[in-house]
Amino acid sequence: MQRYYLSAIVENHEGVLARISSLFTQRGFNIESITASETSIKEITRITITTAGDKESMIQMMKQTQKLEEIKAVFLLKATNSLMRELLLVKVAADESNRSHLREICEIYKAKIIDLSLESMVMELTGEPDKVDAFLNVLTPYQIVEMCRSGVTALERGPRTYVLQ
Amino acid sequence: MLLTGAQIIAEVLLEQEVDTVFGYPGGSVLNIYDALYDYRDKIHHYMTAHEQGAAHAADGYARATGRTGVVIATSGPGATNIVTGVATAYMDSVPMVAITGNVNTEQIGKDSFQEVFIGGITMSVTKHNYVVRRIEDLAPTLRRAFAIAQEGRKGPVLVDIPKNITAARLEFAREEPIRPVSESRVYPNLNEVAELINKARRPMIYFGGGVRLSGAGAKLRELIEKADIPAAYTIMAAGILGYEDRNNLGLLGMHGCLTANRAASEADVILAIGTRFSDRVALNPKEFGAQARIVHIDIDASEVNKNVKVNECLIGDARDILTQLLPLVRETKHEEWMQKMDEWRKEDYRPEDSEEKLLPHQIIRLLCDMAGEDAYYVTDVGQHQMWTAQYLKRIAPGHFLTSGGLGTMGYGYGAAIGAKIGIGNGQPVLHITGDGSFHMNLNEACTAVSYDVPIITVILNNAVLGMVRQWQTVFYQGHYSSTEPERRTDYVKVAEGFGARGYHCETLEELKAAMREALKQTGPVWIECVIDREEKVLPMIPAGGTIDDIMLD
Repeated sequence: MQRYYLSAIVENHEGVLARISSLFTQRGFNIESITASETSIKEITRITITTAGDKESMIQMMKQTQKLEEIKAVFLLKATNSLMRELLLVKVAADESNRSHLREICEIYKAKIIDLSLESMVMELTGEPDKVDAFLNVLTPYQIVEMCRSGVTALERGPRTYVLQ
Repeated sequence: MLLTGAQIIAEVLLEQEVDTVFGYPGGSVLNIYDALYDYRDKIHHYMTAHEQGAAHAADGYARATGRTGVVIATSGPGATNIVTGVATAYMDSVPMVAITGNVNTEQIGKDSFQEVFIGGITMSVTKHNYVVRRIEDLAPTLRRAFAIAQEGRKGPVLVDIPKNITAARLEFAREEPIRPVSESRVYPNLNEVAELINKARRPMIYFGGGVRLSGAGAKLRELIEKADIPAAYTIMAAGILGYEDRNNLGLLGMHGCLTANRAASEADVILAIGTRFSDRVALNPKEFGAQARIVHIDIDASEVNKNVKVNECLIGDARDILTQLLPLVRETKHEEWMQKMDEWRKEDYRPEDSEEKLLPHQIIRLLCDMAGEDAYYVTDVGQHQMWTAQYLKRIAPGHFLTSGGLGTMGYGYGAAIGAKIGIGNGQPVLHITGDGSFHMNLNEACTAVSYDVPIITVILNNAVLGMVRQWQTVFYQGHYSSTEPERRTDYVKVAEGFGARGYHCETLEELKAAMREALKQTGPVWIECVIDREEKVLPMIPAGGTIDDIMLD
């Protein structure tokens, strides 16, 4: 199983996300995460899909997606020339005894502490998925009471653009 | 001109050269039907017994004429009733525009009376679908729907229109319809493919419905002849090759000929044209064409490597590709390989004739002899469908209409009515069905009676659900669970009750006499043919099997 990141440039219509996720569900493609938002061009939405599977099923997934009426383009993002980011919010049980340890971890990972109470701490981290994974791993000795990951959103490096002129 | 939404729908239909629509009225489409009343001289609306019948009629109309079939249904149950028909069209790539009414826009999402989200329901069985929320979007959306239905790989498009949109008014100007352009493409690997064919010693062609849809039949026959390649077909492409041609191997797949299936397993090059390696043909996708380099020609890129891995592909219109490929293919003979086919043919399953009782293969052959090669043959789904595909004699290309992909029992009657309305007077339309399939939608007899549509329905009555029962015989130790319904339907009486004619036949002579009468009628006829419940569709390769698993008795 390999992880793939796909970008889809789609028309900004109601239901377009439902159409894509319905297609994936029907055909049994695995989605790890999906993010979507309007772009600088109001009519265009950009979607980033993280999927895990074999190469054949990833190619089949791209071809099937390409057939949808509202899809302008769908392409594979290569890790080497793409910028991938994910946002993590994590709430950890924290009191006087471990607060400074957690602060130290946050400093190393450049995570922000955005909420603090007598018995909890909420941290925010933005980074590549691997970095988020590593950060969460370091937190395993502590008690994570709640967490939320945004899923990957990504752009290619350099001047190349896929948004239609 | 200032028109209501309903009038705009009628105007766009005219603009798209639609003069025939099928449907069923209801609350949410009252405005549309009011407009259809005014346009009744230009747009003929055929009302069926059930919306499913209307959807199948639009499908049969489209398959028989090549034009886009149009079905109209009301919101809620009207819309859900066409879903099977839309899905049938989707699986067999049939161009269709389905128009559904919906509740007023301000009532959407409130669980209003007769409200369903048909856009969500049909998302995975349409090429695309729309909910029209503004009158300004109505005409452009309908135009786009017609374009999508016909472009590339054809298919159904659904347009859901809330009732208040059909009442709103807007300035309308007519536009020219967008016709799909059959562009000629450049295929960079065309020479490689030609080379593969030229070097092949045991080549084989396997083709499907795409050949019919692109009108590539003549080019295909040219290729078969020039390069001396034997060819087998899927159920979607029956009737494209001449029945007696030496290169015609017959049907491929689960109920295909021994020769065709053996050829696929021994060929060194397989040319798959307008087809998608379905699980009913490439029963075991890993073993299909095990010795062959496979070339896939199809209009839909997503079909390449979906089920079976191929070595080369050419993506585009089959006729365009074959036209470009033909000059590069060397004229040759594969006599040794063809002789092998002749040898295998001797082992092909051949049912014996009987003078006493009606046998499926004799029924189908008699029907073909009497109705002729220009007749249209429409089937339902099950044993009778396979027998028809197996024993059909020479028929005109595209004159065999069947639900191949979805396998919709109950498809036939509506489709036959739509086909006959589409082709007009002239060629007879035979609806070949089984007692199981026929019971699903025999209500459409009233439609055929109302509009004087002379459909000849031939019911192969074995009093059981033959295909399911055959599987139970072979794989479930003869546990006939819910396949022997003990129905006591008197087909002659029911036909007469509908205002049609009915015949009951137990011998070939009786069938001949009934057909002679039926071919003279101006309205629908039912001919019941009593057959034995133990008759099987043979040969048979079980799902997932290979040529080594073929059953011949």
